[in-house]
Amino acid sequence: MSSFFSIPNPAAARRLFLAQSGLVLSGAAVALLAGRDALAAKSKAGGADDVRILNTALGAELEAIAAYQVGAESGLLQKPVHALAVQFQGHHKEHADVLAKTVQKLGGKPVVAKSKYSFPVEGLKVQADVLRFAASLEQGAVSAYLGAVPLFANRDLSKAAASILGDEAMHWAVLRNALGENPVPSAFVS
Amino acid sequence: MLEGALLLAALATGDPQAGEAIYPRCAACHALAYDRVGPRHCGVIGRRAGSVAGFEYSPAMKRSKLTWTRENLERFLADPVGTVPGTTMTYAGVPDAKERVDLVAFLANAKCK
Repeated sequence: MSSFFSIPNPAAARRLFLAQSGLVLSGAAVALLAGRDALAAKSKAGGADDVRILNTALGAELEAIAAYQVGAESGLLQKPVHALAVQFQGHHKEHADVLAKTVQKLGGKPVVAKSKYSFPVEGLKVQADVLRFAASLEQGAVSAYLGAVPLFANRDLSKAAASILGDEAMHWAVLRNALGENPVPSAFVS
Repeated sequence: MLEGALLLAALATGDPQAGEAIYPRCAACHALAYDRVGPRHCGVIGRRAGSVAGFEYSPAMKRSKLTWTRENLERFLADPVGTVPGTTMTYAGVPDAKERVDLVAFLANAKCK
């Protein structure tokens, strides 16, 4: 196995480190975080619009993180479901981190989490309620990213958003499966 | 002839039940009864755009001078970014005209209490 310390090229060393450490990000996320000047340069034409799209997505991701926190702290989740919720929340944290850094890279100001969110907590009585609530957010997120992908001026950002869309579609499918529903009810999402 | 007229009437008023099935697409950002990333939808028909108290709208939406009639809402849903340039509803829109009319019908008839 190659040693991280024996690689003179920092970029190659970083890739190896990420691959071996379990911190494997998607290609799109790596591109976003890689600090490529070309990314910012290519975005100048529609940069302001791209920042606005990214910030809307960031706002939704921050709300999803808070929603999963509510679910995790509800006391309604069995241990394996709780672990799943925490894992999914971790994905949303990664999405939010990448989105915020990209907004900054493009010269924008990332939105921050609200001090308080409204969630329908009065309707969360059993584990299935929490799963259904999470599934509805994930379904909405899939639609939101689907509606954002074609709007980016920078196609690298479309690719990154599609990468996040894929992850959230998997969340939705797993949550549907946990509810005993058909995990993949159709060939297309909308 | 009558069939065509019925179809036109259905398109004009929409099917709230069909719209309810479409509404989950909005669930990343919206809810009926409370504000989220986007403002609440209860009472949207007839409401002035950018007017839900306490919700932080984009300057573009606040300046839009739109009132959410069924027609305006349907037009906005077709192309949010093109209808209100600068909106934070950065969504490509609902391309199917019938789906839009059904969605508006659902929003117009949604029970909020």
